Amino acid sequence: MTAPMVNLTIEGRAVAVPAGTTILEAAKVAGVLVPHYCYHPGLPVAGVCRMCLVEVEKMPKLAPSCATTVGEGQVVHVYSEKALEARKGVLELLLINHPLDCPICDQSGECELQDYTFAEGRADSRYREPKRFNPVEDFGGDVMYVPNRCILCTRCVRFMDDLAHDEALCVQERGDRASIGKATEKDLTHPWAANVVDLCPVGALLSKDFLNKARAWELDRTASVCPNCAQGCNTIVETRDNVVMRFKPRTNTEVNQYFLCDEGRLDYRWLNRADRATQPMIDGVLADWEEAIHAAARLAKGATVRLVANASLSNEALYLLKRAFGPGVITVRTGAEAPLPGASDLALRADRAANATGAEWMGYRRVSAPLEGLGAGDVLVIADHDLTGVSAEAVSRAKAVIVIGTQVPAAVTAPNVVLPIANMAEEEGTFTNLRGRVQRFLQAKAAPGMARPSWFVLADLATQLGQPAVHFTAGAVFDALAKAEGAFAGLSYDTVALKGKLAAGATAGARA
Amino acid sequence: MSHGPSASGGALVAAAPHGHDHAPYTPVFTAGSARRAELDALITRYPTKMAALLPALWMVQEERGWIAPEAMSEVASVLDLTAAYVKGVVTFYTMYHQHPVGRHFIQVCTTSPCLCAGADKVVDSFLEHTGCKELGVTSPDGKFTVIEVECLGACGFATPVQINADYVENVTPEKVPAILAGLK
Amino acid sequence: MGYPHKSHPRETPVLSKHFGDPKARELETWKSFGGYRALQQALAMEPTAIQDVVKASGLRGRGGAGFPTGLKWSFMKLGDGKPHYLCCNADESEPGTFKDREIMRWTPHALIEGCAIGAHAIGAETCFIYIRGEFSEPIAVMERALAEARAAGIIGKNAMGSGKTVDVWVHKGAGAYICGEETALMNSIEGKRGNPRIKPPFPAVAGLFGMPTTINNVETLAAVPHILNNGAEWYKAMCTASPKSTGSKLFSVCGNVARPGNYEVVMGFPFKEFLYDLCGGPPPGRKFKAIIPGGSSVPVITIEEAEQVKMDYEGFLEYGTMLGSGGVIIFDDAQSMPRQLARLARFYAHESCAQCTQCREGTAWMTKILERIVAGQGTFEDLDTIFELAENMTGKTICVLSDSCAAPVTSGIQRFRHEFEALISGKRSSSVAVAGAL
Repeated sequence: MTAPMVNLTIEGRAVAVPAGTTILEAAKVAGVLVPHYCYHPGLPVAGVCRMCLVEVEKMPKLAPSCATTVGEGQVVHVYSEKALEARKGVLELLLINHPLDCPICDQSGECELQDYTFAEGRADSRYREPKRFNPVEDFGGDVMYVPNRCILCTRCVRFMDDLAHDEALCVQERGDRASIGKATEKDLTHPWAANVVDLCPVGALLSKDFLNKARAWELDRTASVCPNCAQGCNTIVETRDNVVMRFKPRTNTEVNQYFLCDEGRLDYRWLNRADRATQPMIDGVLADWEEAIHAAARLAKGATVRLVANASLSNEALYLLKRAFGPGVITVRTGAEAPLPGASDLALRADRAANATGAEWMGYRRVSAPLEGLGAGDVLVIADHDLTGVSAEAVSRAKAVIVIGTQVPAAVTAPNVVLPIANMAEEEGTFTNLRGRVQRFLQAKAAPGMARPSWFVLADLATQLGQPAVHFTAGAVFDALAKAEGAFAGLSYDTVALKGKLAAGATAGARA
Repeated sequence: MSHGPSASGGALVAAAPHGHDHAPYTPVFTAGSARRAELDALITRYPTKMAALLPALWMVQEERGWIAPEAMSEVASVLDLTAAYVKGVVTFYTMYHQHPVGRHFIQVCTTSPCLCAGADKVVDSFLEHTGCKELGVTSPDGKFTVIEVECLGACGFATPVQINADYVENVTPEKVPAILAGLK
Repeated sequence: MGYPHKSHPRETPVLSKHFGDPKARELETWKSFGGYRALQQALAMEPTAIQDVVKASGLRGRGGAGFPTGLKWSFMKLGDGKPHYLCCNADESEPGTFKDREIMRWTPHALIEGCAIGAHAIGAETCFIYIRGEFSEPIAVMERALAEARAAGIIGKNAMGSGKTVDVWVHKGAGAYICGEETALMNSIEGKRGNPRIKPPFPAVAGLFGMPTTINNVETLAAVPHILNNGAEWYKAMCTASPKSTGSKLFSVCGNVARPGNYEVVMGFPFKEFLYDLCGGPPPGRKFKAIIPGGSSVPVITIEEAEQVKMDYEGFLEYGTMLGSGGVIIFDDAQSMPRQLARLARFYAHESCAQCTQCREGTAWMTKILERIVAGQGTFEDLDTIFELAENMTGKTICVLSDSCAAPVTSGIQRFRHEFEALISGKRSSSVAVAGAL
């Protein structure tokens, strides 16, 4: 049953929204941002910051737009003098005890207190009294609390209560002595706790990992997907000078809402590894790309190939590998599943790989011992797999070893050919998450040395192996994949766009 | 007009133990204890266990004199809450002691109606005669802690002073030594 | 009788008739006064019939807001299959107010009877009397009376043999003025911080434990048995000014006055006669200067204004203030208004629950400015800041605590600006010199 529509006017714009919608959300539909702090669409309404006060004609008092539902024929003024004065008053009060230490605050540049003060606040302060002071506190996990900057919006408390179902935070004391507190013996150890840092609209809750590392305005931001488990949380990869500095969640109500788990967000350093394969090589000697591709093709042609692929390669890479060599095997590292209980179907998944579903749909087999049964005459193709747990002796049974990867695994002591590829932050492509949702990630930084995007290298290689794959973009590879692989039928790179699309395989239970 | 202690003489009010309790915390609601039984009976009055939180905290304070962090954890586990949640509640209500206090916890009302009756002088008198010297500081003998308190709701009997559970009304600076002498 | 003084001949002791009589606390004595007759009668009535009588009586909430009680009860949807609750607000913490304490400590059965009738009238089987934690003596008296009433079968299952269940329990607070706000009170009973809730939903729809709930003040509920016993017309006839204000009302009188205490008068009683005849006027050698007539949250008025007032809901409104809880705080000419108002502001800063920005920060800021002025460090700009701050603190928050801080301060400055200006300019007016240590 759909709610009946309610018509109202916000800042002179007519808008129709379902009954029960708040004025604040209706204003978004009308393209009007009502300044707010405590309101967050992923959390229960608190209505305490009083920043979102708007004037509603025929209502005696200003209305908190986050907690006021729309009424038929309402006329709402967000920028009337009364509403502006009220919000200016809130801003002044939020700043009276604030240390105004923006120059050394990590939130600076992405701080809603700065932004709204700049937009609507006073140019000066009339506050002449001493400011209150409370010491910085380590909340455990990745979270640090700077109470002097806190505006008591309680987003963090509500996240821990209603999403994490772990009431580890509270508002303690009352009046202007209030601050966010936690029990002495209980840290923010919940696997999703670091979301409170993202939710904090000011610089009160900070990431210890990111502390003093960069200024917000120095960062370049790229839409991406977290590669660290099968959930496929949408992310923003933030880089500075070609270095990934942090992951932030990117809103996708179908996948991760507004959130990102701690393990996923903090596992980004591997994208910055310096010990990379950066040059094509043949038998330990630097080669140019064309020579190396030809050498690899010569070794593989006609041979029995054992393809060992990383389950976090893109759909495009896996598709081209399959074209070149036929489907291979994958291994999937697993760990404990850690749900965010207040969100539907959201967890750090046991499969700590981004694309096991995509791989399996294309016929890759999940194994635990990837080299088991490797024949003495076989050619081993390592596709960005680290061969953890595999001995050099086992590898040496192969007649030849072709490494297509970001690194040469330790177990491969003498690769015949090395084809260096970009990691997921250095190229674009798609992953298929555990629910069969195909999601795109974009290139966030440049690949080192002569490394090339995986799809680019593999398209060349497949072509050399007599499986023509002439594509000039990752998107073209995907579109070819969608035609060739039934589980992806009907999708296109353009329609998958930045929020992803559920693939046919998700509903058909298709396995290629 | 009434002078001295309130009309009933406080006789109806059970003496609530106050005082320093620095000993390691021992649980209040152990299985089979009278307090546990009292709490379990109380819980049945309410549709949620959480509703028994304020009463449970009162029981802890009556037994231990204050609400130690360990007490918050104990109450939390008994009522299926978290220690942080309990802390949020304990720190909201000013009657729960977050630190040990003197055996006689003396609260002098100094809100406006009492202030205009001279409550500030009553405070000074208590600070002097208890040896506490400063508000919130416990006297060296552990006997007294004096604080100012917001309106006790006995404004017509200015200045009311709450000593542990009992009200003493119409207190003037001159009456303080005699009041203190009556406290063991 | 009367307590702490004998009832004045011009008082109309209905609720206060037995104040000061320890025997009135006993169930048997109370029954000999006619106690629980009204409950017996009520339990045989339809809830709506009780609501109608109370509506007809004109009884309005005695806690401060003055909302018509019968109308409030009628908001409860009877027969909706949900448990209903009655909460009796005995959190009496409004500075200047100490009437409910006397009702509970002298006439506990009057309140129990009112609670039981009120519960039945709204379809509730449970009433919680939320008593502020400091009130150890009233709590003990109430607990004992409740035990007596329970043992006598007056409350509990099959109350007075009616087949109906009416349970009444005391729930003890723990030190928080804001828990007198009805939604904060419900949160406190639920074991939460005493944070006021956003309305809607209103308590009659989703209140205590999410169920339909009515919250009534002690004095309101204590008046109900009298109304049932004597009839709505009798109650309504206790009216000497505005027809919208009926019945007798307890006024708590404190501050600089010869005979502080509780006085019960008929609505519309002339405030001047009340102050000078009943309360005995100012202390010897002094003059009344200013009055906060309805508990500290209402605007302060001058004695000249007060002398014109008729003591009812409308009468106080006419002079820019409110009847509120009936807590009359009197300041004489020896008092420094800046000092008193700074102290009041500090009360609100101490009691703010910390939810809304304007209240959490505003009450504290207001206090600091006023205390600085009192310390002789004020500026004239400070007064402008106070008014703008007060505007910012008014009508913008979940509850009215911050409004309540602003109201006495701004009204006080408006009426006694010269005292503030004298402090700011370094001159103390002779009238406040006596206040001494500022």
